[in-house]
Amino acid sequence: MSGAAIGAELELAEVARLEDIVDRRALNEVCRSFFELFSISLRVFTRDGVMLADAHEEREICRYVNSLGDGRRACSALVTEVKRTDPVDGPVVHPCFTGAEYRIVPIVYQGKRLGRFVLGPYLPAETREVPRKLLVIDSRIDPEKAREALSDMPRVRQETVDRIGEHLSRTLDLILFSGHRAFLTSHMHVASVRESFRELAEKNQRLQEAFDRLKELDRLKSNFLATVSHELRTPLTSIIGYSDMLATGIAGEMNTEQQEFVETIRNKGDHLLALITSLLDLNKLEQGSMRLHREVLDAGALVLDLKKTMAPAAAKKGVSIETTIEKGLPKLHVDPVRIRQVLFNIAENALKFSPPGGTVKMIARSAESVSGAEDGFGAVLLAVPERRVEIGIIDSGMGIPAEEQEKIFDAFYQVDGGSTREHGGTGLGLSIVKRIVEAHAGTVRVESEPGRGAAFWVNLPELDDPSG
Amino acid sequence: MQLDFKAKELTIKLVYYGPALSGKTTNLQSIHELVSGESRGRLMTLETKDDRTLFFDLLPLTLQAGRGVQVRIKLFTVPGQVIHNATRRLVLQGADGVAFIADSQRGETKSNAAAFVNLRQNLVDNGLDPARMPLVIQFNKRDMPDIRTDAEIDDLARKGKEPVYKAVALRGQGVLETLVGLLEIAWKRIEREHQLSEKLGLREDVVIDELRGRLGVKAARR
Repeated sequence: MSGAAIGAELELAEVARLEDIVDRRALNEVCRSFFELFSISLRVFTRDGVMLADAHEEREICRYVNSLGDGRRACSALVTEVKRTDPVDGPVVHPCFTGAEYRIVPIVYQGKRLGRFVLGPYLPAETREVPRKLLVIDSRIDPEKAREALSDMPRVRQETVDRIGEHLSRTLDLILFSGHRAFLTSHMHVASVRESFRELAEKNQRLQEAFDRLKELDRLKSNFLATVSHELRTPLTSIIGYSDMLATGIAGEMNTEQQEFVETIRNKGDHLLALITSLLDLNKLEQGSMRLHREVLDAGALVLDLKKTMAPAAAKKGVSIETTIEKGLPKLHVDPVRIRQVLFNIAENALKFSPPGGTVKMIARSAESVSGAEDGFGAVLLAVPERRVEIGIIDSGMGIPAEEQEKIFDAFYQVDGGSTREHGGTGLGLSIVKRIVEAHAGTVRVESEPGRGAAFWVNLPELDDPSG
Repeated sequence: MQLDFKAKELTIKLVYYGPALSGKTTNLQSIHELVSGESRGRLMTLETKDDRTLFFDLLPLTLQAGRGVQVRIKLFTVPGQVIHNATRRLVLQGADGVAFIADSQRGETKSNAAAFVNLRQNLVDNGLDPARMPLVIQFNKRDMPDIRTDAEIDDLARKGKEPVYKAVALRGQGVLETLVGLLEIAWKRIEREHQLSEKLGLREDVVIDELRGRLGVKAARR
């Protein structure tokens, strides 16, 4: 990665030209106010001699001299000379044949000459007589008229001109400083935004590449799982089939011990098959390729059905099952096989983790949720209240610590390795539960306090059209 | 570095780098107060409303280095806050030397290290070789409680190759020494790469002595 280059102006915070950092209108206003205060004409030039600001009034003597041919030529030559003067080491004074003077002051900013300003014409305060060089500039000049014309020219003492020049220099310096600051701020702002954007674009690119790689890896993993599961299932079907045949005595009578061994082979084979089927289910759910065969179902009936299914195992363990079913529950539109799989899985866990003498509660109730206005903006218009059905299965087991509650729905996650050994299971059940429920636009959550059991709530949307 | 042969002007860019609130701006403020009026320009700060540096601070110094050559030194600070990395990288462009302002407080050791790693990365990102960049390190805030001891810093300084200075920038202690120290090594590199003594007749020792004199520093103390 290499940074985007900024121009030399920004790199060294340089000012290349006066006109880049000064607002001409504001500069003209400042010059005009100086002129009104001191009655001395003032012009500001760039380094190249372009006039940026001009505050002047034509003096009577200038008008008179310009009305005469030779006088006009001499005046024009002098003005050109003044304009061209570019002082290097501080202010210079340029005399005029009228006896007046021009003071030319360099504009220096951060050690660089950016231009100059010209004060004048003004008459030095001590000037009393009409100078001889004015009278000889044009033979038609009338000394009396010239004296009268010179009388409206401002007379200034040298130290006053010095002070005015100094004051103007400082004022200009402030104007330039403010202009330069604004120039740098706006340019740095743009440059920083560009640089941040470039950096973000590069990061995005890298993230996209990583994402693409992961997606490809995920696809390979899914393919691998599908192939391996399929390849495992084929020989397993034979193992289970042949054990079955052996158990039923097709291949001849077996003694009790042989019968017991074959039963074990078949049970473990069934268990392995269930595990492989779960893996395939998970894979299909992850790929979104599992098809749901929806039917209209009653939540209460589902719960009662579940109780019936679990009753033998519960009785064997000495755990009682209680059911609470709200009246008038809306119908569900779900895949009965998959939702039964979900409830059976949760109930099996509940039974597994409830101690002998404990209770498993099964509840079906209505719930309402509001969707479409998460941030409260326009909630009154956007929020759509939705009726839903919640099925809860509550055990009286060891509970689940708060920090584990999010993770238990991850594939292959167990709260602790010990529980797998003690209670069995693959860590796949709840991840499949979550994905099946989500495939039905539902949610599943757990509420638990360690030592006080766990409640799993499956929340499903009601059937859109109750008649259907 | 920018060299204008016609105008006999040399512009050097020095950047004050370091973690947030280590005293980079304070260094510039102190230099502004300590350097004589004719040499220093106006201190420009581009800051947020709570006085934190947003883009940079800029202090221009102008010195006559003999033979009619004007040396303009532009001191920049970078914004120390982590979020302004893009700006830091921009300000670092074209730097002729870096003064790394570290906070002497023991609790800031990790921030110093993180800012230094960031400096190195930003130099690389700007196509500058960190190993060749003239660099001095200043341990600032020597008047604060719970700081790394002189002995500790001296010991580390002997192991490192960069000149190390100690400072209390708020009181102006050590700031000019840091600046002159940096100028000295920055000039050496500029001389190596651009042969100013040949092109402009500027002898390194004379120039540095003159700069030292104008900045009011007798000799660079470490």
